[in-house]
Amino acid sequence: MILWRGREWLFGAPTFFSRMTQAYESLKQQATARQQALAGKPRVRIGTALCGQAAGGLEVADAFREAARARSLDATVSQVGCLGLCYAEPLVDLQWPGGPRVFYGNVSPEEASGLVEAHLVRGQPVWERALAVSGDGATVSGDVLTLEALEMMKGQVRIALRNAGHIDPADVHEYIATGGYAGLDRALSGMTPQQVQEMVGASGLRGRGGAAFPTGTKWRFLMGSPGPVKYILCNCEEGDPGAFNDKGILESDPHTLVEGMILAGYTTGASNGVIFIRHGHEGPVERAKAAVRDAYGLGLLGKNILGSSFTFNAEVSLVGESYVAGEETALMEAIEGKRSMPRFRPPFPAAYGVWGKPSNINNVKTLAYVPEIVAKGPTVFSGVGTERSKGTAILCLTGAIRRPGMMEVPMGMTLHQALEGLAGGAPGGKKIKLLQTGGPLGGVLGGDQLDVPLDFDAMARAGAILGSGGIIVADETTCAVDLTRVLMTFCQFESCGKCFPCRTGMTHMMEVLERICRFQGESIDLPLLERVGASMAAGSLCGHGQLGFNPVRSALRFFGDEFKAHIESKRCPAGVCNGEYLTPQRARR
Amino acid sequence: MQPRGDTLNATIRKALESHGNGAVTVLSSLLTLEDALGYIPPEAIEEVAHLTHTTVNDVWGVASFYPNFRFEPPCEHVVEVCWGPTCHLMGAPAVMKEVLATLGLNTEGDTPDKRVTLKFNTCLGACAQGPVMSLDHHLVGRLTPQEAGKRLSGVVGMKGNRSLQ
Ligand SMILES: Cc1cc2nc3c(=O)[nH]c(=O)nc-3n(C[C@H](O)[C@H](O)[C@H](O)COP(=O)(O)O)c2cc1C
Ligand code: FES
Repeated sequence: MILWRGREWLFGAPTFFSRMTQAYESLKQQATARQQALAGKPRVRIGTALCGQAAGGLEVADAFREAARARSLDATVSQVGCLGLCYAEPLVDLQWPGGPRVFYGNVSPEEASGLVEAHLVRGQPVWERALAVSGDGATVSGDVLTLEALEMMKGQVRIALRNAGHIDPADVHEYIATGGYAGLDRALSGMTPQQVQEMVGASGLRGRGGAAFPTGTKWRFLMGSPGPVKYILCNCEEGDPGAFNDKGILESDPHTLVEGMILAGYTTGASNGVIFIRHGHEGPVERAKAAVRDAYGLGLLGKNILGSSFTFNAEVSLVGESYVAGEETALMEAIEGKRSMPRFRPPFPAAYGVWGKPSNINNVKTLAYVPEIVAKGPTVFSGVGTERSKGTAILCLTGAIRRPGMMEVPMGMTLHQALEGLAGGAPGGKKIKLLQTGGPLGGVLGGDQLDVPLDFDAMARAGAILGSGGIIVADETTCAVDLTRVLMTFCQFESCGKCFPCRTGMTHMMEVLERICRFQGESIDLPLLERVGASMAAGSLCGHGQLGFNPVRSALRFFGDEFKAHIESKRCPAGVCNGEYLTPQRARR
Repeated sequence: MQPRGDTLNATIRKALESHGNGAVTVLSSLLTLEDALGYIPPEAIEEVAHLTHTTVNDVWGVASFYPNFRFEPPCEHVVEVCWGPTCHLMGAPAVMKEVLATLGLNTEGDTPDKRVTLKFNTCLGACAQGPVMSLDHHLVGRLTPQEAGKRLSGVVGMKGNRSLQ
């Protein structure tokens, strides 16, 4: 067995010494045998998650298949997900049997033939083109770094993303061979639901969907609800622009989510799981559907899972374009096939959820941590992070940043370390002016706030939220007022229309911001925004309206002078606003 | 050629029958039809109401709520341009301007020759490569206005059903 540097395998993990279900043992053997067979052939892995696709990854994958075919080379070409190095997409990694994995960044289809010929036919990596190298026998050549030594990888602790970009997401055996479903096996072969709940509680895991609610506690609510029909809903709506980590997990390692969901079901006594995704994101949708199908095929879903008495069914449910559909009660309405409008609470989902049955809603990232926590014990998670924010933060960094991408870093790391260190700061020697965090309802932070640590509470104190982990970076060329206007246009468009303070308030705020950007703002406009925001917060049923003033409030706090310049001096200090804008305006009917 | 009349009804029924193995709801039926036909014809509204034991009113309520449904036959090609905050910062406004000019449109909608539908999208999920657009569901990132125009002029001047990309 190969031991890849920097990645933990299951050796030494408690599961290995405890009793295994027979069913799992045979799955594991099957997977290991397949993995060994694969290791005997040249391997090509190409990132084709949404970020890879947008960089041309699909054409590159075709070119590599063609190059291997033209040479009658029996190579395994896998379309893997996202390693997180989106700046280097299309990212290809080539592996000669028994050799190290060599990563080539920004590969064009034209290069495929040459790389296959040199590296996979002649066995000579093209070091001048290599970005990094990984694995046994990774005798570093020239100044090619190991994968873990890349700036962007240094300091990452990958728990939920442990397999992302490494395994073929379409191959359940590869997931099992790297320790997948060991957590489920451990739970089913020797833990009571109570014990699993305590373990998740002890890990300190808090929800990654926005509200950061302790997951163990949430599960306990559902444990107490009467069965037999109860639901685990997995929220992959992910409408936050700038965030793609939920989709990234589904595209890179969907079984970690499926396993997490089954474990949630076992713990809470739920009978059904629903993975909820936005229609139109074909990659994540197809990966999720295939993962559910394959899990059924291996007896990991359905009746008597792994030969135990536990039965759990799962399906994928799609929703139309709607941001509010990500809100937990609106999500339940959408699963029932209606307009995604939030419900009144109470009753809370644990009492009355989807189809009127007790339900629990968790984000993809939250559930993706669970298999590792159960397989290896709570300290894999609680040993990382800060006092009240345990574990890691899965960030999506986009915008004016040298190395945009997805990373998993320990909680407590400062924004400065993540943005300037790992991601390389703003390109072209510019300065980071502002950050937009936690999705459109999150907030804006000034560029002078980079010493804030990644921690739910510290971020909240700073006036933003960590939320789902999307961080949009802007440099000095960005106008804070213009960005706030775009955020509000998004919020206005996405208001579901149910509560009038949100529906009309968002429209009102958007119009005020538009006139400020056209230099037609008046001195009453800022207090007016505050007043509208306060009514929205007081009079809306869900977080969309309640938090809808956040972007404006936080932008005013850090960039009040810029608003004043637009209103009083009729000028845009960043030179962006010119009185015209092309941001679309639509409203729900 | 879009199916009509009896053929259309048969297509609708066939699509609805083949529809996944999860719960069958108004929304899941409409999404299935949108995938199969590219739009929701009035006949389909009635068929869905019948299938899900609801009213035409209920089905319209759902169909009109989600902006991804359209009610006229689709154009040959669909172009989606992202205007999400990341893409906005990375230059989406200039890309959008170029796309509108190339297609001869003022805002989202169909070109008069029904070749191209332009849609705005709040996030295509490939933000790390912003600005991003999608050509017949094929993502293209790291766009400049020139690159966007070049990709599109291929479409506008194109004969027949050759795929984009
Ligand atoms: C307007 C709105 C949109 C939301 N969108 C999402 C989303 O896209 N994904 C998500 O996981 N949670 C979203 N949430 C939060 C969910 O309501 C819910 O808190 C979360 O899914 C719970 O999962 P967790 O406990 O694992 O964090 C949204 C909330 C609001 C108010
Ligand atoms: S913001 Fe444009 S793809 Fe996400």
